[in-house]
Amino acid sequence: MHKESKIRDPLILGNKTYHDITRDIARPVEGKANKYWWILFSLSAVLMLWGFACMAYTIGTGIGVWGLNKTVDWAWDITNFVWWIGIGHAGTLISAVLLLFRQKWRMAINRSAEAMTIFGVAQAALFPLIHMGRPWLAYFVFPIPNQFGSLWVNFNSPLLWDVFAISTYFSVSCVFWYIGLIPDFAMLRDRMDKKIAPMRKKLYTLMAFGWSGRAKHWQRFEEVSLVLAGLATPLVFSVHSIVSMDFATSIIPGWHTTIFPPYFVLGALFSGFAMVETLLIIMRKVVNMESYITIKHIEYMNVIILFTGSLVGVAYITELFMAWYSGVEFEQYAFLNRATGPYWWAYASMMTCNVVIPQLYWIYKIRTSLIATFILSIFVNIGMWFERFVIIVTSLHRDFLPSSWTMFSPTFIDIGIFLGTIGFFFVLFLLYSRAFPVVAQAELKSILKSSGSEYKK
Amino acid sequence: MKMKNKIIHAIFDDEQDVLSVVKDLRDKKFIVNEVYSPFPIHGLDPILGLKETRMAITAFIYGCIGLSFGALLIYYIMISGVGKSWPMNIGGKPNFTFYHNLPSFVPIIFECTVLFAAHLMSLTYLFRNKLYPGANTTSPDPRTTDDKFLVEVLYSENKTDIITLLKKSNVCEINEKDEV
Repeated sequence: MHKESKIRDPLILGNKTYHDITRDIARPVEGKANKYWWILFSLSAVLMLWGFACMAYTIGTGIGVWGLNKTVDWAWDITNFVWWIGIGHAGTLISAVLLLFRQKWRMAINRSAEAMTIFGVAQAALFPLIHMGRPWLAYFVFPIPNQFGSLWVNFNSPLLWDVFAISTYFSVSCVFWYIGLIPDFAMLRDRMDKKIAPMRKKLYTLMAFGWSGRAKHWQRFEEVSLVLAGLATPLVFSVHSIVSMDFATSIIPGWHTTIFPPYFVLGALFSGFAMVETLLIIMRKVVNMESYITIKHIEYMNVIILFTGSLVGVAYITELFMAWYSGVEFEQYAFLNRATGPYWWAYASMMTCNVVIPQLYWIYKIRTSLIATFILSIFVNIGMWFERFVIIVTSLHRDFLPSSWTMFSPTFIDIGIFLGTIGFFFVLFLLYSRAFPVVAQAELKSILKSSGSEYKK
Repeated sequence: MKMKNKIIHAIFDDEQDVLSVVKDLRDKKFIVNEVYSPFPIHGLDPILGLKETRMAITAFIYGCIGLSFGALLIYYIMISGVGKSWPMNIGGKPNFTFYHNLPSFVPIIFECTVLFAAHLMSLTYLFRNKLYPGANTTSPDPRTTDDKFLVEVLYSENKTDIITLLKKSNVCEINEKDEV
């Protein structure tokens, strides 16, 4: 049995038994949705449908309905793409990296964080798909034998690396998530009464894959989880490094920097944790998980946000320093233009939201307050969106030729698609919170007797 | 030798009791056929006499296959096969040799390694555990996914010895079954 110091704060509050954990986790699945769930769901569904309409309009009419132009030929869509991919990273960090570091507090939040990863990456994948203009030709990006003469993909291109990285990331995340879900679906299956809920019983029987909790199965389960965590850890770092190389391997001043991979990975973790907090602070209330997702969990995440936020700040300043130190006037201009040019407000929002505001987490009262954390997490989400906007749009809008200098502004279609992905994301997350065990209950039971408040007395 | 074809199901509330009971039973040479539990019990595997699992080794083998697959795919498309008919010089990286281009092939070879290792290991895991969509549970008691731990003992005679041993521990239920 695990031993844990008495001084360490408990991770499970209240006098819980194993059966209490089962009941608490199964309650949102077995019960009926409350009013707030329906309100949130309807709002998100409306946004989602609006987004789908905008996507259909884009595909039917052409990319001309977006605000892109010849100079700023990557803008709104790729900003959203990088933002969503970044959000996904926290889920894998929590479930894989924290597993390797044996951080037990991950157990209460890994399931939902990983759901967020999968839903976030799905939103991200939509953007390159619709930017293709003819999404039914999307299979062109895969190296498959074809009838177009030997037309193959270019393995030297970071865009192809991205295709491989993101599809591997998405599918491996799904598998990792599902392997962990099997024992929890089995728990739900065994609780369902055949007479009262025959359809649900069938559904969870289907999804539980016949799990029965044999000793040998648990042994394999633990080893498979550990190896998947070991594989997912370099994978998650590679994904955002490769996303950053979409920019860093080009020769655009402001993009062509070697700091991009670590800087993007840190930014991704930073924004991902902020989104985890935004979601979980609401979710713990709506589905009554306060005993499992405690203030301590929120505080740990805030510490990570403070750490990664400060490192992102260091990266911003390093970029400025390197631009000056390089002596390349184009590079120097690109950064001067970011801070003082026509898009100064985007740069200022980024600096405020990402570097200044997270410093408030040094104050104990703020990092243990739910309301403050919720507000600050929204700021970080906004700040990280602006970071991508600053990197992409301000680097492009002052071209090498002053005659092609221009500005970018989104059309209502651009905004509609972005809002649509937010709606789609929340629709998926809300459905998940009603149909899936939102906390990895099997794992949580294994730490009850070492980290439960009842057993720490 | 008589077949051991009778079963006792002992149900426990706490994993610590399972550990001590399984140890006592196996010390007395009784056959503990299976333990069903709602979560992994750490320290049970050596007591139960389970061998170490080889899942990690399979992952390594699948990873090697993925690495070779990725490398061969790129070699064919960029260098030897298609690359011969459509030579390309991208960013000063002519595609005459594999190793000169290797740095820009690393990301995809790495992704293929992870893709193969993760997916094939997970499939092996499901296959070895006989888990598939819609399979029925083989657990004798549905409470074992909730809060109960079930120890399955096989025997043919000296049933009373087993029962006495179980009763000395914190067992909460003992059920007997006749056939295997």
